[in-house]
Amino acid sequence: MVEQTLRFRDDEPVGDPAVTVDAFADQSNATAVRIEPGDDARALLPHLDRIALVEVNFPAYTDGRGYSAARILREHGYTGELRAVGDVLVDQLSHMRRCGFDSFAPEQPISAEAAARAFTTWPEVYQKTVDGRPAIWAKRHPA
Amino acid sequence: MKTGEIKIITGNDLRTGDVVWWTGEGWSRHVNDAVEAGEHAEAVIARENAKQIVTDTHVIDATRTAEGVRPAHIKDRIRALGPTVRLDLSLKPADPDAGTWVI
Amino acid sequence: MYQYDQYDQAMVDARVAEFRDQVERRLAGDITEDQFKPLRLKNGLYLQLHAYMLRVAIPYGTLSSRQMRMLGDIADKYDRGYGHFTTRQNIQYNWIKLQEAPDLLADLASVEMHAIQTSGNCIRNTTADQFAGAAADELVDPRPYAELLRQWSTFHPEFDYLPRKFKIAIIGSETDRAAMKLHDIGIQLVKNDAGEIGCRFYVGGGMGRTPMIAPVIGDFVPPLQMISYLEACLRVYNRHGRRDNKYKARIKILVHEIGADEYRRQVEEEFAHILTLGLEPPPAELERIKGFFADPAFDPAAPDELDLSDPDFALWVDQNIHAHKKPGYAIVNISLKPVGGIPGDATSDQIRLMADLAKDYSFDELRVTHAQNIVLPHVRKADLYTIWQKLEEAGLANANLDLIGDIIACPGLDYCSLANARSIPVAQKISERFGDLGRQRELGELKLKISGCINACGHHHAGHIGILGVDRKGVENYQLLLGGCEGADTSLGQITGPGFNEDGIVDAVEKVTEVYLAQRAPGERFVDTFRRIGMTPFKEAIYAKETANG
Ligand code: HEM
Ligand code: SF4
Repeated sequence: MVEQTLRFRDDEPVGDPAVTVDAFADQSNATAVRIEPGDDARALLPHLDRIALVEVNFPAYTDGRGYSAARILREHGYTGELRAVGDVLVDQLSHMRRCGFDSFAPEQPISAEAAARAFTTWPEVYQKTVDGRPAIWAKRHPA
Repeated sequence: MKTGEIKIITGNDLRTGDVVWWTGEGWSRHVNDAVEAGEHAEAVIARENAKQIVTDTHVIDATRTAEGVRPAHIKDRIRALGPTVRLDLSLKPADPDAGTWVI
Repeated sequence: MYQYDQYDQAMVDARVAEFRDQVERRLAGDITEDQFKPLRLKNGLYLQLHAYMLRVAIPYGTLSSRQMRMLGDIADKYDRGYGHFTTRQNIQYNWIKLQEAPDLLADLASVEMHAIQTSGNCIRNTTADQFAGAAADELVDPRPYAELLRQWSTFHPEFDYLPRKFKIAIIGSETDRAAMKLHDIGIQLVKNDAGEIGCRFYVGGGMGRTPMIAPVIGDFVPPLQMISYLEACLRVYNRHGRRDNKYKARIKILVHEIGADEYRRQVEEEFAHILTLGLEPPPAELERIKGFFADPAFDPAAPDELDLSDPDFALWVDQNIHAHKKPGYAIVNISLKPVGGIPGDATSDQIRLMADLAKDYSFDELRVTHAQNIVLPHVRKADLYTIWQKLEEAGLANANLDLIGDIIACPGLDYCSLANARSIPVAQKISERFGDLGRQRELGELKLKISGCINACGHHHAGHIGILGVDRKGVENYQLLLGGCEGADTSLGQITGPGFNEDGIVDAVEKVTEVYLAQRAPGERFVDTFRRIGMTPFKEAIYAKETANG
């Protein structure tokens, strides 16, 4: 299987295999964990400081639970790698980035150029999320 | 031409959205031009899909008689005619009773 | 009215450019239909029975005359000279060509309009009270909040792949003219004893195959926390709404299954967290938006009296004019329901005429109502007669607002690929049967609503009389429902019994009205009589002897 990961971080990728959320609770030395759509991302919150990679699986792009999982982790201070895996299409990249994903391992490879274009789709954004982009309302009313 | 119960292929023109019917050689807007697709239906659909001219291609049931082709389901009959409440926009704008055909 | 600044404009322009690129890739064969379909749906472009159908968003149903004129011009340039105003305060065009859709969207963008999020499992266009900013009974103008909501919900990155579509309605009057409790979220702006504004959140209403009336989840959310509360409501839904069954995926099912109390508890927990994140636009943003919705320059000397010597005009005034908050002014309802006509359809000429009337007589504003009519919100009473004459000439002076002729009907099997039966011909026959205005007025307020399938786009559950098209072994059949109602006393209609064919349903409706006329107490609307006497007398009348259609 061709592994193609688009990564937007400067640190070294984690080599450890990601374990399930259940297994993670029992393995005090695991540093990588994989969230399935039905998992509760909040179960990881007590352990954020020892996690270096969270993979969020999208078995189908239409299942949007992973967006909330990602944001919840970032909102609670998670700074490690947050990787979207599975049915990740170019049309979703921009929203995923806005929800805190900083790496992507799509089943169907996406070229770096197509990804770069996707990230510039929206010149502005209406909402404040976890990606640090100022919302339009913030630009309208500079502090 | 095969009469009685037949299977015909329909779809929409990708560019214009027009309802079209497979004629054995190409696509027509008139359901009476539709032909029995029979066992070749899937091959025709695969080949035509690849051409990207018609979209939403699928097989439906119909009956052919001397009068023409009548799709089995009312939905397809309305597709074949046009909106019954705007016959002026249908394929039979001059026939005020065209709507009765769909029932 | 709200006006785009460079940021808003940049967003819709970016969208047009993106869609143009997607269409080009599709027409060149670079992407397949499977890949393209979700992209076109995100721009409101469906493939319907006869052609592509485009649904254009009309945010909270508000239009300027320039926008309305553009809708008319689009009908000529890209469609077949007409458009269909929908129960969701939008407009649909039925004959759009894919190759022309990007140009159409560009034309829309040139008047600050778009088709964003008019399809798909995302937050759809927000609807609102069509009399906002004009109604005499208004507590708080909902439009600034609706605009805040529009911006927040546009391309929201977390909520673009919800379990199912999501519809929000917002009102600021005691009278609910937006069927607010039948939405995924209904927000009612209220005032407490201290005069402070709060948002009352009704969550988990809906129609479709499992109609439900939304319970109150947040009783009094401060307006400057509205966005945060919405984030909380949506996040709980996005995480826990059902995804195993598309028919159980709406938020109403979640709220119903876990219970309003548990849903509220989860929302409150999430809300407490979200409040720490600073997601809420600052007060200055709400103020900025409010600035766009200030009252127009009403003439304080506008005369309040009206010459009603023309009896036809007097009838129209009595039926279609609603009280305005300013003396000397009135709210005009233009009924798109001529006898025998197609509910909600308007020709390009009619659309442009209404645009002109708005420009000349209504401070440039129009509204689309969920009853598929058009409103001129701010009209001097002194101008009513002129307006009426112009409407009359264009076939738009139907004096039947809220009467049995003012039928809501979805497109049904004449246009919709999901339909089981046609809706429009039934609406036409009923409106003809009750074509006499005197007869309609005798029946009083009577809301008749028709859907061509269980999806309930025509609100049949909420009709005093509802009609639902079903497929009976390949033949169109119609079920009759009685006792539905929207508004403060929302209730859901009950099915009378076996269904009818097209003529049978028209007869059944007539019999139902006869029972009402025979049984009503003074001052009772149809739905009041139904509530008092119950289903039995109606059933007896419609299924008596001739059960031919049973
Ligand atoms: C012609 C294409 C249309 C399609 C394919 C379509 C599809 C649907 C579907 C599938 C539902 C059920 C959603 C659910 O229960 O989860 C629905 C509901 C609804 N639609 Fe449509 N619809 C169409 C046109 C319209 C039109 C023209 C209107 C306005 C007149 C409309 C307004 C509504 C409303 C008000 C509901 C019920 C509220 C709700 O539960 O969402 N739709 N539609
Ligand atoms: S109610 Fe059914 S028939 Fe009517 S528009 Fe909705 S999906 Fe189509």
